[in-house]
Amino acid sequence: MKKPIYLPVVAGFALCASGAMAQTPVLQILTYDSFTSEWGPGPAIEAAFEEICGCDLQFIGAGDGAALLARLQLEGPSTDADIVLGLDTNLTEAARATGLFAPHGVSADLDLPLAWTDPDFLPFDWGYFAFVGNAGEPAPASLRALADSDISIVIQDPRSSTPGLGLLMWVKAAYGDDAAALWTDLADNIVTVTPGWSEAYGLFLDGEADAVLSYTTSPAYHLIAEDDASKVAWSFDEGHYLQIEVAGKVASTDQPELVEQFLAFMVSDAFQSVIPTTNWMYPAVVPAGGLPAGFETLVTPQEALLFDPRGAADARAVAVEEWRNALSR
Amino acid sequence: MAQRPVALTPRWPGALSGALVLVLTLGTLAAVGWRAEWGGGLSPADWSAIRFTVTQAFVSAGLSVIFAIPVARALARRRFFGRKVLITLLGAPFLLPVIVAIFGLLAVFGRSGLINDVLGLLGIPPVSIYGFHGVVLAHVFFNLPLATRLILQGWLSIPAERFRLAATLNAPVGRLLEWPMLRAVVPGVFLVIFLICLTSFAVALTLGGGPRATTVELAIYQALRFDFDLGRAALLACVQFGLCAVAAVVAWRVTGPAAMGAGLDRSVQRWDRASAVVDALAITLAALFLVLPLSMIVLKGLPGLADLPPSIWHAAARSIAVAVVSAALCSVLALALALWGGPVIAVVGVLPLAASGLVVGTGAFLLVYPFINPARLALVVTALVNATLALPFVLRAIAPAVADVQADFGRLGAALGLRGWAWVRIVVLPRVRRPLGFGTGIAAALSMGDLGVIALFAGQSQETLPLAMFRLMGAFRMETAAAAALVLVTLTFVIFWICDKGARRDADL
Amino acid sequence: MLTCEKLLLQQDDFALRADLALAKGRMTALIGPSGAGKSTLLAAIAGFFPPAKGRIMWNGRDLTDLPPGDRPSSILFQDNNLFPHLSVAQNVGLALRPRLRLSAQDAARVNAALVDVGLAGLGGRKPGALSGGQQSRAALARVLLADKPVVLLDEPFSALGPGLKMEMLDLVRGKLAGPDRLVIMVTHDPADARHVADDVVLVADGRAAAPVETSALFANPPAVLIDYLGQGPA
Repeated sequence: MKKPIYLPVVAGFALCASGAMAQTPVLQILTYDSFTSEWGPGPAIEAAFEEICGCDLQFIGAGDGAALLARLQLEGPSTDADIVLGLDTNLTEAARATGLFAPHGVSADLDLPLAWTDPDFLPFDWGYFAFVGNAGEPAPASLRALADSDISIVIQDPRSSTPGLGLLMWVKAAYGDDAAALWTDLADNIVTVTPGWSEAYGLFLDGEADAVLSYTTSPAYHLIAEDDASKVAWSFDEGHYLQIEVAGKVASTDQPELVEQFLAFMVSDAFQSVIPTTNWMYPAVVPAGGLPAGFETLVTPQEALLFDPRGAADARAVAVEEWRNALSR
Repeated sequence: MAQRPVALTPRWPGALSGALVLVLTLGTLAAVGWRAEWGGGLSPADWSAIRFTVTQAFVSAGLSVIFAIPVARALARRRFFGRKVLITLLGAPFLLPVIVAIFGLLAVFGRSGLINDVLGLLGIPPVSIYGFHGVVLAHVFFNLPLATRLILQGWLSIPAERFRLAATLNAPVGRLLEWPMLRAVVPGVFLVIFLICLTSFAVALTLGGGPRATTVELAIYQALRFDFDLGRAALLACVQFGLCAVAAVVAWRVTGPAAMGAGLDRSVQRWDRASAVVDALAITLAALFLVLPLSMIVLKGLPGLADLPPSIWHAAARSIAVAVVSAALCSVLALALALWGGPVIAVVGVLPLAASGLVVGTGAFLLVYPFINPARLALVVTALVNATLALPFVLRAIAPAVADVQADFGRLGAALGLRGWAWVRIVVLPRVRRPLGFGTGIAAALSMGDLGVIALFAGQSQETLPLAMFRLMGAFRMETAAAAALVLVTLTFVIFWICDKGARRDADL
Repeated sequence: MLTCEKLLLQQDDFALRADLALAKGRMTALIGPSGAGKSTLLAAIAGFFPPAKGRIMWNGRDLTDLPPGDRPSSILFQDNNLFPHLSVAQNVGLALRPRLRLSAQDAARVNAALVDVGLAGLGGRKPGALSGGQQSRAALARVLLADKPVVLLDEPFSALGPGLKMEMLDLVRGKLAGPDRLVIMVTHDPADARHVADDVVLVADGRAAAPVETSALFANPPAVLIDYLGQGPA
């Protein structure tokens, strides 16, 4: 039991991973682990892109979104990665500050709830953070109502998980200077704080809490994959914080053409149509066939909350401190 | 009259092993520190993390040991149906992947767990597992069995002749034999568990109920992953080593001398009368505490078994391969160190426990990266790191036995010209077979369940079983993940059982 | 000829000097009060106790720096003379092959040695399944098979009853003693010495005296021996 879940390790014979076939150009994409898993979008996307690129697309899985950035910073400019895929807007400012990224150079017509202008990072999917509970049980209509209720929730630690950090930003964006007060009231609703999304969601499904911090799209999984309509996301009056997942071009890449080709491919139908039922998020560009049946049942927040990357970076330290203090009492 | 210590084996294997452990623990830390841009010390939050870490580790280790003593004593002096199975099962919780164990515990102690179901039927309000007591409960669940096994070994190491002697003298076995044994064994056991709990991460975080329950290891994780503050990570890792050093010194101070001498390998038979009720109670409670969560893991895993994807079996094969290599390596390292003996093994045998897995992984990455693509070394490094992290357990299991062999038979071996490999093969290995099997089993099982010191080494998606399980969880497939957990637990346990049992077969040592 | 040349054995406040020669073909007993250093002297000869000064020689060859296994001696300790996890035959076989790879021929010699000491058919047993006397016989069989010119006995039979002990000493005398062999035995019981030893070395007062023929010594005991004999039944 000794060493816990730092998330994924691959103890494999990754021996022949790079450079085995000299003729075929290799495109290496550093991404979070669940993207590359057989349940994630990775395999389908790899197959689709390799059909058109005449290249070997390799995913390098490295933990979650935050781990990606740490990995890239450890490797520095000598990294083998050509693209980093899976950062979110809470991390892009730190990513930009490393100086390791170059502008993506793709202009695409994105279907995001707000306008996208970042020249360095290109979105591939997005979603709203939301609490997911059981249908037919009391559903609060706002963060405030939740804090005032005795409904139990399980959340993720903002210091080790991207959804956890998302909730922090959500509260901060909605309540500003009153965020600390909301956290104080929310403290007695929180059953526990888990290291990552998986543990929290597992606890919720096991009945340890009435609701879990996840995404508005989470019920779609149960509905589409399990034909189970018992899970619902709660729509909150304050609006919902957005998670926009992006990819960036590594400045030191030795395959600039392939990178451009992939980034363009990323916002095309072939990529985007895979996203909804593998990553269980909204595609950044709605494919020609529209969203899969079932997605229309999801709650759509009236208001999308999002700090710009700089604002998110500035707010983070204060927000973590407020959160820590409120929950430590 | 004291004799010249007889050196029957060369020193270089032990020195080499020790050096390897030093590189992987302190060397990796130095690598992280070297890369760090230093600035700023520890924040108040870090200090409260340190306080929480020490407190919970102290309480967890204390309770584990206190509860383990009556259980070990009962197991040492009772013969009953299922005793062997129970002793083998004692290995289980310690070997469970953390997250699996947590879900097992929650199925018993959680909001909708067995206990609250029963309380609900009785009209008693539910109890919550979350908080300080939950962390301690989980740590005791993990470590009580380990403590029991280690203390039980102490009991079994008292030669039958001594009990016979005590019986003829009508002397109190407790004061004469058991107390000195406990003085010699317990501080070390406490130290090991204290250190395990010191570096705990997911247990504290998941069951702790909130940021109150922040451990140093979590602070390191945060520093590395979210802040990319290598300096703070290195500083916190130093704090962890410092705590470890203090704990180790205290433990050595209170450790009594071990001097039981050799017997002629007769199985332990005792003549003292002891309360059967107390023993029965200790064994029953311990068994329930162990078996209930384990059963829940099995029950939860069964429904999803049919849905397991074929990739699970590939992942399982990969995990087994890594576990076998890692366990073999670990046993060789431990044996080399134990044969070398002396105070160095006390240090080297404890260091890996205090090491932060994340710092080891990051440091190893930094050491390797300038020379070779880390992904190419993923297997080697995984095996090395897993072997090093399991080393304290194997060393603890075999070092006393190896020392006994040298003390009891070293002169005979020297007189017969038994040296080097012949001495190891003909005398040491057969005589330490039982603890070595136990230790090897632990090393293999820990490696099986390990999710990840070397996340940073991950290359192309070559998943191990724990990783496959986590990916299932991450993809909403909790039921299938529970089945994967069951497969993982079963395989882990079978591997442990093969090592442990195989070593005990035909060996009435 | 085993020579202790200006030998000084020292540890903490214990010191023993020995300057003597023991002839082969003899059985020599070391006797003296307990704590005088009989076992230490034996350990030094066997190679387990490095002398502070002086040399130990066998037939003119300096043994002082040789490891125990390379010396021309076999030794039996007070206990732990057999590895409990090895069969009796394996224990005995160690005398021939320290790596225990016994050929059929070796096995035959092991069996012969076992028959010689009266353990025919017991080679497959573990020592724990033998009586104390049988364990001693097994250890003797190994010494017999090792066929070293010096045999050192550090009271290996002291745990046996008096009758059995004499039986073992007779076995030693009968099987091990010979014109080319020196047997040195430690004993605290003068009766043992009188029963089997040709010579006696008195170890007392920080000194190991030169060997004296047993009958002569007991006929005309020196003062230290009288003191010692006065302590118990002679």
